[in-house]
Amino acid sequence: MPELKQRQFLEFEKPIKELYDQVEQLRHMAEKNQKVDYSNAIQQLEQSILEKRKEITQHLTAWQKVQMSRHPDRPYTLSYIKRISKNFVELHGDRHVRDDKAMVGGFAQLGGHTVMFVGQQKGVNTKMRTMRNFGMANPEGYRKALRLMKLAEKFNKPIVTLIDTPGAFPGIEAEERGQGEAIARNIFEMIRLKVPVICVIIGEGASGGALGIGVGDRVLMMENTWYTVISPESCSSILWRSWDMKEKAAEELKLTPEHMLKFGLVDAIIPEPLGGAHWNYDEAAAILKSHLLKVIEEVKAIPAEERVRQRIAKFSKMGFWEEREENEVHG
Amino acid sequence: MQHEEDFDANLAGEEGQSEETRSRWFKRIKKGILTSTAEKKEAPDGLWTKCPNCKYTCTVLELREHLFVCPKCNYHHRIGSQEYFEILFDENRYEEMFANVRSIDFLGFSDLRPYSKRLKEAYAKTGLHDSISVGVGKLSGNDLVVACMDFNFIGGSLGSVMGEKIARAADFCLEHNFPLMIISKSGGARMMESAFSLMQLAKTSGKLAQLADARIPYISLCTDPTYGGTTASFAMLGDVNLAEPSARIGFAGPRVIKETIKKELPLGFQSSEFVMEHGFLAIIVDRKGLKDRLAKLLVLFKN
Repeated sequence: MPELKQRQFLEFEKPIKELYDQVEQLRHMAEKNQKVDYSNAIQQLEQSILEKRKEITQHLTAWQKVQMSRHPDRPYTLSYIKRISKNFVELHGDRHVRDDKAMVGGFAQLGGHTVMFVGQQKGVNTKMRTMRNFGMANPEGYRKALRLMKLAEKFNKPIVTLIDTPGAFPGIEAEERGQGEAIARNIFEMIRLKVPVICVIIGEGASGGALGIGVGDRVLMMENTWYTVISPESCSSILWRSWDMKEKAAEELKLTPEHMLKFGLVDAIIPEPLGGAHWNYDEAAAILKSHLLKVIEEVKAIPAEERVRQRIAKFSKMGFWEEREENEVHG
Repeated sequence: MQHEEDFDANLAGEEGQSEETRSRWFKRIKKGILTSTAEKKEAPDGLWTKCPNCKYTCTVLELREHLFVCPKCNYHHRIGSQEYFEILFDENRYEEMFANVRSIDFLGFSDLRPYSKRLKEAYAKTGLHDSISVGVGKLSGNDLVVACMDFNFIGGSLGSVMGEKIARAADFCLEHNFPLMIISKSGGARMMESAFSLMQLAKTSGKLAQLADARIPYISLCTDPTYGGTTASFAMLGDVNLAEPSARIGFAGPRVIKETIKKELPLGFQSSEFVMEHGFLAIIVDRKGLKDRLAKLLVLFKN
């Protein structure tokens, strides 16, 4: 079960940690003392760990979902690409400014298809996190993504985007190089790409930074992720004028996959292994792959022009309003 | 660049009051200016106004004659959709469209106040239907649809109604082969509509893609301020991107950038001139020359 050298636990995962530590201890004892058979006890404990994992993820609050999406052990874009595809060839650069390490992409073989993968990449340790800029792309990242998507369109290959970002980077250079224009251009071009576009929120889906690679025929969310217009922390700071209302903001924003599906803003939820994707990368990847293959087939079957028409129609329907003459508000 | 304003605060309906300004030792008992845009036209001639940039004092009438541009320092005062329509459409003749598309509090969102209450307050304060109004008329004899934001209405925030009105305006343009102009003046997305407001970026961009395919000109005018979701969609997607002088235009707000990079921002950062210098605006145009410039463009697109 454990692939990671040292697991990290969130506050609400602490009950799992206790059991987990006991298992480790028993294993250690088993190694030292070959005469006693601990396997039964270990098995029992592992069973209760599974049950705990199930129990905990069943009743997550909106804020806990946000925390899960940021779990330090959670798999990132390249971990999935490596597990679900073959012959991945990473392609770098936007051909304008530089290669943005927060955005990755390239061709790969997914099932029987050649697809173009594009996604934000977070770092796995302190050094890598800095290099990847915490998954916050600059304009050149979005332009790199668009370059790769246009390349896919040229060779008639489906596009799969894996979204995991706390937002597009807010910096001086980002503004100088047109962060807003870069995201706007991506949205504008993505909505009329002639090839199938499948988008999956695999972690954090924060605002324009996510939507900049998030306009697709199908938009899917993994189980322990969130997607909305602003991070709960920033929302709290702006609307409540304090950083302390993030839990409440997360609730109010209704940012969970369940809500998003109910609102018709995403098309499906991809389940994760019990307790979250970080407990089993291979299993999480396998579930993702089976969903992707199914959806790609489905979308590929639609003629290109009709597909673009449907994509535009799908986003055109989003929103809520009513038609009335007077200034009376109904909730 | 004279005054540093907190755009985010406007999105919360707080009229640009940052935390610093709110903690002053005195408190405003009454609300600020309560005059709705519609009523402003009847402003008495004798009323005086002071330019926030150069402190030049003149009458409201004089300012109005100068299209709300300071006669002395060319400071462009923030104005609403009715004023823009008056400036752009011949003899102020235009038809307002889709005014009955109204916001609802679909999510039951509540921060310090419920969204539904914020909406009611915004209606009462501004007399407007929402943060955007759409008008169709003639500009120097050329047909034009103008969708214009009002910053007074919850910071000109981009929500479902703005998205729907822009979509309908684009459909109208497709049907009649009229050019479209969007005048942006917004602090960003309407958080109280959560992911629905985010999706308006895709919704409006999809419509603009259809206009592009039909070879219908789309002109974007960025005014002070143009931020967040507006910049990350239609405001930057014009066949021609225009801006008023010294307007602040950007993706992330200055406060957020400062907090992230922990450095002071350079002078003139995110001004129209800065954005043009970096290649994202085609023309910066004075409000007084706006109509002429647009008329020229519309004729050039046509012939």
